[in-house]
Amino acid sequence: MSRIELKAVRKDFGNLGVINGVDLDILDGGFTVFVGPSGCGKSTLLRLIAGLEDLTSGQVLIDGRDVTELGPAQRELAMVFQSYALYPHMSVRNNIGFPLKMAKQPEDMIEAKVRKAAETLNLTAYLDRRPGQLSGGQRQRVAIGRAIVREPKAFLFDEPLSNLDAALRVQMRLEIMQLHKSLGATMVYVTHDQVEAMTMADRIVVLNQGRIEQVGSPLELYDHPKTLFVAGFIGSPKMNFISGSVAARYGAATIGIRPEHIQLGASDGGFTGTIRIAEHLGSDTFIHAESPELGSITVRATGNIEASPGTALALGFEASRVHRFDAQGVALK
Amino acid sequence: MATRHSQGIARLAVAPAVIVLFLWMIVPLVMTIYFSFLRYNLLNPDMDGWAGFSNFYYFITDESFPGAVFNTLALVATVIVASVAGGLGLALLLDQPFWGRGIVRLLVISPFFIMPTVSALVWKNLLMNPIYGLFAFLQQLVGITPLDWFAKVPLLSVAIIASWQWLPFSALIILTALQSLDEEQKDASAMDGARALSYFRYIVLPHLARPITVVILIETIFLLNIFAEIYVTSVGGLAGNLTYLVYFQGLLNFDIGEASAGGLIAVVLANLVSIFLVRIIGRNLEI
Ligand SMILES: Nc1ncnc2c1ncn2[C@@H]1O[C@H](COP(=O)(O)OP(=O)(O)O)[C@@H](O)[C@H]1O
Ligand SMILES: [Mg+2]
Repeated sequence: MSRIELKAVRKDFGNLGVINGVDLDILDGGFTVFVGPSGCGKSTLLRLIAGLEDLTSGQVLIDGRDVTELGPAQRELAMVFQSYALYPHMSVRNNIGFPLKMAKQPEDMIEAKVRKAAETLNLTAYLDRRPGQLSGGQRQRVAIGRAIVREPKAFLFDEPLSNLDAALRVQMRLEIMQLHKSLGATMVYVTHDQVEAMTMADRIVVLNQGRIEQVGSPLELYDHPKTLFVAGFIGSPKMNFISGSVAARYGAATIGIRPEHIQLGASDGGFTGTIRIAEHLGSDTFIHAESPELGSITVRATGNIEASPGTALALGFEASRVHRFDAQGVALK
Repeated sequence: MATRHSQGIARLAVAPAVIVLFLWMIVPLVMTIYFSFLRYNLLNPDMDGWAGFSNFYYFITDESFPGAVFNTLALVATVIVASVAGGLGLALLLDQPFWGRGIVRLLVISPFFIMPTVSALVWKNLLMNPIYGLFAFLQQLVGITPLDWFAKVPLLSVAIIASWQWLPFSALIILTALQSLDEEQKDASAMDGARALSYFRYIVLPHLARPITVVILIETIFLLNIFAEIYVTSVGGLAGNLTYLVYFQGLLNFDIGEASAGGLIAVVLANLVSIFLVRIIGRNLEI
């Protein structure tokens, strides 16, 4: 339940700048997601907040207190690692109780808190097992249990769901969101999966090459991406980008239009195209088409529509949904 | 290996190796048992025939026997304690990043490649010799009377030599195990508030339990019948173990019968020690 501030944070590994000046205010009680492609520095930024890496320059503040020089334990944050990082030779009970034991809390208090956490996470039946005897989802829960027992100021998650299968991922996603609601705690969550970011976050931080591209709510990022990078990263299927004469007609170097904002069969002021491939998802149909004016373009149509390869299409843009970017990739208003 | 058919083939395929190994073990064992019940003294070839249990009786009631058993166990115990403790410390140091680590690691391993006889000679003549040994020189530098190692503390001297030889073995195995410890465990325990000592106590040591168990079991097997170091340094009379006593009966007294009986007693002792060890630390090998 804390506010975390980053001020001009930089981190170099050797002469490679991994975090290149990040200013960020992580709000009290919020669910903030760091999202970005693999290798953009998300984990590094999280580890800087945790105190597992030293800053090259800049400051980290928790509740207004400068913690830049403090070790991980004194920052009173909890972290859930991608590989869970459970202690393999300890029972689930001892894994969850380990932070309390390190804090020298009395045995009976540890036992009570471990029980409570285990109940919250449906782990009571497994308390005497070793991590090696648990499924992936259960291990994940133990890792979360270890984080919640000591009531940290904030939770840090580093891609906690990426080792789970798709069904379990959706379930754990819901459980983490529920946990956030019931604890009301500040959570910082790292993922490379924009769907996870969109569904879980109340605030998304898009990172690219160690810089913040944009900060905003999921819908802000979806509706008003400030850069080409954000526009291309958020949303699935990806936004279509068109440059050249069509973009010039809109007074921009590049324009972007999301597949769901292209209408099929609109004749006025529209473009033409030919269907190459259609993907039928039942609820939606993704049409990949080739257009003489636009090049390759993806269209998302609601419902299961008839679309066989080779069929000619008429395409129209929803005018209010066209995003315009200048030559540097910055959004024009 | 799922079907009965493939299991049969598997058995057939390993049979030659198993048979050779079995013969390799059983022939010497049966011959030793046979000799141990014979009157078989090279100095008295006229005395032959069955001896009953007298060879065993004379070996056990020999005045050097209790000392030999004690020396055997004491050597095993001290060398294991010294090499595991030293190996752990060395492995922890070698696991740190420092300049020239590759070379240092190679140097640390090298004692293991030196023949026991050679290293015993080096220790005896270059290091522990009371007149021109390095230790004597150092002791004289600070004004202490040089210690005559092999006369005054023969068992300790042999233990030091053997520990020096086995230190690299345990250091190497423990170092390998240290390197297989997941870095994230360290991060996680740091988040959980574990300082260096707690990290070592609760995360590193349990991780090392299994390799240390392996080191102890393997070293026990080799140290129970350590011989070259005792023979070369000529301390057999003062600090001889069971192996040395068997050698003494067989090749100095030429009593093959009694030496065979001694060999069998040594086998029994080795088995007792192994059962004892497996009882205590064997469960570290499970899971
Ligand atoms: N300990 C390290 N030493 C050197 N380079 C590192 C280290 N940790 C991370 N990096 C580099 O920093 C960059 C960002 O890594 P990371 O933060 O793990 O990315 P992400 O989590 O976004 O995938 C990568 O190029 C990676 O190679
Ligand atoms: Mg990462």
